[in-house]
Amino acid sequence: MTAPLSLALGALAAALLSAVAALAADERPMLFRALVSPLFGLACALLLAAGLGGLLHPGVARATLPLGLPWLHWHLRLDALAAFFLALIGVVGLAVALYAPGYAREFEKRESLAVLGLFTGLFLTSMVLVVLADDAFAFMVAWELMSLASYFLVTFQHEHGANRRAGFLYLLMAEIGALAILLGFGVLAGLGDGFAFDAMRRAAVGGGWGTLAFVLAFFGFGMKAGLVPLHAWLPEAHPVAPSHVSALMSGVMLKVAVYGFIRFCFDLLGDMQISWGVAVLVVGAVSALLGVLYALMQHDLKRLLAYHSVENVGIIFIGLGLAMVFAGAGFPALAALGLVAALYHTINHALFKGLLFLGAGSVLHATHQRDMERMGGLLKLLPWTGLFFLVGCISISALPPFNGFVSEWLTFQAALQAWALENGILRSLIPVTAAMLALTGALAAACFVKVYGVTFLGQPRSTPARKAHEVSFGMRAGQGVLAAACLLLGVLPTFFTGLLDTVPGLLLGQHLPQATAGGWLWLTPVNAHTASYSAPLVFAALALAWWLAAWALRRGAVRQVRRCDAWDCGFSPLTPRMQYSATGFAQPIRRVFGPLFRIEESMSRDEEGLLRHRLQVHDRLWEWLYLPVGRAALRAGRWVGHLQGGNARIYLGWTLATLGALLWLIS
Amino acid sequence: MNAMAPPLLGQSLLLLAALTLFLSFALLGQTRLTAAIHQFAWQGAMVAAVTALVAAGEGARHLYLSALLTLGLKSLLIPWMLHRLARRLEMEREVERLHHPAVLLLAGTVLVVFAYWVALPIERIGGHASRNILAISLAVVLIGLWMMVGRRQVVAQVLGFMSLENGLFLAAVAAARGMPLVVELGVAFDVLVAAILFGIFFFHISESIESLDVDRLNRLSEEETE
Amino acid sequence: MADLLNPAAWLLVPVQALLFLVGAPLLAGWIRQWKGRLQNRRGPAPWQPLRDLRKLFAKEALVAHSASTVFRAAPYVVFASTLLAVCIVPFISILQPATAIADMIVLVGFLALGRFFLALAGMDVGSSFGGMGSSREMLVSALAEPAMLMAVFTLAMSAHSTNLSTVAEYNLAQGLVLRPSYLFALLGLVLVAVAETGRIPVDNPATHLELTMIHEAMILEYSGRHLALMEWAAQLKLMLYGVLLVNLFFPWGLAQTLSPAALLAGLMAVAAKLAALGMALAVGETVLAKMRLFRVPLFLNLAFLLTLLGLLSHIILEAGA
Repeated sequence: MTAPLSLALGALAAALLSAVAALAADERPMLFRALVSPLFGLACALLLAAGLGGLLHPGVARATLPLGLPWLHWHLRLDALAAFFLALIGVVGLAVALYAPGYAREFEKRESLAVLGLFTGLFLTSMVLVVLADDAFAFMVAWELMSLASYFLVTFQHEHGANRRAGFLYLLMAEIGALAILLGFGVLAGLGDGFAFDAMRRAAVGGGWGTLAFVLAFFGFGMKAGLVPLHAWLPEAHPVAPSHVSALMSGVMLKVAVYGFIRFCFDLLGDMQISWGVAVLVVGAVSALLGVLYALMQHDLKRLLAYHSVENVGIIFIGLGLAMVFAGAGFPALAALGLVAALYHTINHALFKGLLFLGAGSVLHATHQRDMERMGGLLKLLPWTGLFFLVGCISISALPPFNGFVSEWLTFQAALQAWALENGILRSLIPVTAAMLALTGALAAACFVKVYGVTFLGQPRSTPARKAHEVSFGMRAGQGVLAAACLLLGVLPTFFTGLLDTVPGLLLGQHLPQATAGGWLWLTPVNAHTASYSAPLVFAALALAWWLAAWALRRGAVRQVRRCDAWDCGFSPLTPRMQYSATGFAQPIRRVFGPLFRIEESMSRDEEGLLRHRLQVHDRLWEWLYLPVGRAALRAGRWVGHLQGGNARIYLGWTLATLGALLWLIS
Repeated sequence: MNAMAPPLLGQSLLLLAALTLFLSFALLGQTRLTAAIHQFAWQGAMVAAVTALVAAGEGARHLYLSALLTLGLKSLLIPWMLHRLARRLEMEREVERLHHPAVLLLAGTVLVVFAYWVALPIERIGGHASRNILAISLAVVLIGLWMMVGRRQVVAQVLGFMSLENGLFLAAVAAARGMPLVVELGVAFDVLVAAILFGIFFFHISESIESLDVDRLNRLSEEETE
Repeated sequence: MADLLNPAAWLLVPVQALLFLVGAPLLAGWIRQWKGRLQNRRGPAPWQPLRDLRKLFAKEALVAHSASTVFRAAPYVVFASTLLAVCIVPFISILQPATAIADMIVLVGFLALGRFFLALAGMDVGSSFGGMGSSREMLVSALAEPAMLMAVFTLAMSAHSTNLSTVAEYNLAQGLVLRPSYLFALLGLVLVAVAETGRIPVDNPATHLELTMIHEAMILEYSGRHLALMEWAAQLKLMLYGVLLVNLFFPWGLAQTLSPAALLAGLMAVAAKLAALGMALAVGETVLAKMRLFRVPLFLNLAFLLTLLGLLSHIILEAGA
């Protein structure tokens, strides 16, 4: 087990080297392609190897880095959970490393490649450190480094005021979340004896303190993961970063927050309570549903994808909530099922969201447009990107035989075991959450029909879309890797559930009893009688049915197709403006779910007498939660402001008073 | 249910109770007056059928009488009166516009779960079948009340009140095998009188404010009306 | 559950696929004929859809200039996924080994896959009709899918399994049990089936007025063999929902052994049940009028409410504490 840890340390070194090497990239842009990206890729390959090694040979490896406080060196630890997340970082990072050189060409001469390379390298380093950390101190340092590095990446194109605002909101919320996590660790450390995770594991935290620690951790990690209602930063910050960084943020950084939550609740906190699980389940279900509904209303491609991250994180937390409910009720085998479903969705989301952000980056690169209303017909001009993007769309819409379906299927199976629970309320609550999950999945499919239909199909809606060109080989390869991984995880789920099974073994002391009892062809999460799914056979049968239909028709009398004009009702030919727009496509859904949005809609005539339709859909949570909190903070600030006389001696007086009070307190 | 299916009588009881609950939902979401009155009539018939079945199962004579009474009163007489009233007020085709029908109905399902939760600790009053029917009847009561809260039209409110009474009656039949006949007669008479009184009120309300929307009845003092 | 290693049982799968392929157009024709009779017309012969398919396959396929590969691939994906879906339901026998490959949730997934490509194909040509159809179809399906899954959950929680054969077997073994949960689930599933197969009152399969259509708007640009595949898939889907309704809720008649006599009896039983269902559908389509698009969410809300009540009454009334 030490070998994977050495590999991971090697990856850390390579990532740091990549960051350092980037410092010289402004003078020699070649360096970015020849050294910085390859080193980044090497680091990710090492991480992937370390992660797979750790999952194949479960065990625990430890190391200590001579950093940090004199009496508390940084403890590192690699176990099955950490290994899983290392592998996840590695696979997405590898695709990003292939993609980045081509994408960064855009920034040469205009932006600083050194800043990009430096902070991307540091970003990777910090995420790996978070996953490996084995004491609260190292964890928090790495966590803050992760927030800072990603802040600089969000504000990379800082000439735009909107980007700076998004960055500030992001940093603010990240810090509030970090504060909550710190307090959560504080509770655990106070009850245990020290900041090392081992000490926290040993401490028995129960009752009110345990609940307090859970609430703090749920708030902090939930904020970073983008759960509703703490998601406001996510759709602002993710889209404005360079696309391959968006892929890393959405695909990987959110998963690091999920990692933190799992580590905190399942590993450190110990005894699970049903009520925590219910809270996680409900918040997850609401996040999933609201995330997809808001996503449907967007027509900025990257912003839409960012809202889908809220949705998918919600689905992951539904799985985690089920695991917590079952664990609290004393069904470890079912808890293992929920946990495996959540982890499977975690890796799936990393893959397809990474893929979709890279695809969106390619579209941006080719057309310099983010607004879907100005795209169309790109499939003919960018055939490879179009193909890979389609794979991503099918995967995220949870359609068989791709990977998103497998994890949602596992989540449904976990939810359907609710009949085992004693409590009638839980028995009825869990299927309702499952129905919300079903609604989410169907709406996600609607959303991606819109995305793909408006962006890649139909006729081009603007000149840039008409003149787009296919992206470079490296960028296509980056997307191809992820698309292949999506298919692989969809068609051969038994291998990966087998690998994932080590994690519940570590955290719950329980493996999935019969996940692969029927051999590699059959995925049977509970037992063969209850449910079975054979993805390889489904894939083969789908291919066979397609081939049979095509073969039968090839032999038919008429083989060729004839090209003709589209049906125009006998009037003038169709123009691109006659197509359904992204906004028009979502209109029925906007109307049905209207009360959930704040819609501003108006019609006016401009100077030329043409009708102008203006439509803005806002997040209701802004007015319900964020603005009141913001106003309260301002009021508190003004009140505190009265203390500010401007006279230095008054400040010194306050200092004296505080010192006195503290001394009195400890005496 | 899984190990041993209850006999046909018990199953029919459950089925009828579930249908009563469903009709409560149908009433809650129904915006057309005529259809709502029909649904109320059907709900009365369901309750009557439950009573008759309990009577057959228990061999309790007096329950047959109250089943007949329920059938006659709640599924024939009162609906007929309401129909006549609707005709005379010329509101047969009136459709009330609900603001959030989905929210109204989903809140109803929450009430069902709540009623179930409340009924859970009640110890067995003779088999858990009757406890479950108790849960259903409690849900019918709550939904009836919720209907009076959530709907603005006066007739809908009256129907809500009547279906609330149906729920109470169902509970009495299921849990206590019916009330004493005297009480039952009294209640039935009360309901009838209430229906008549409501009818008279409708006339007066619709004459004085030319609408049957209760949201327009919220001025308390007379001076402001000018 | 069916024996996975019995080759004779596996032979049932292609037979079932063929029966579906022939039976689905016949069922559609049967409904059309009954509708005709109810409207005082003579109505076409039941095998007319089969003739139509034959004619379409022999015709040249036209493809718009603006269409891409997705447009040409979509009929095959839609057809293949629907064909797969019909292979995994117990049709004439509960000993259906293919149900182990994919359970009820995967069935919903197959239908969703077909719909996804159908909607994409609608968007591909870039005409307003296609986009309109796709947008509406996705709305209807998004609201119908949770209701469908709630009905599925009710069945699955009763039988403790999502395997379709096991569910049918469980219901068969229980005999006639009056269950409120099944009644609600059945009613909800009927509404979902009406919405998903595009029948009146949600959509009109016979419409030629552009503004009222959903399904027909998406396949407006198709012709020749592509249109034939799309039509065939739609007919398969109709029959699939019919078989689900009759065989899960009224499983009587399903063959429990693989003897030829039992299988033949099973075939007769399911044909009779489907014929009755088709007549009921024809009556329903004759007496009802198509509703406005924005009434459809209310319709599907009712379906969801019914299935939710089904699930709740399963938990409250049947599972017992």
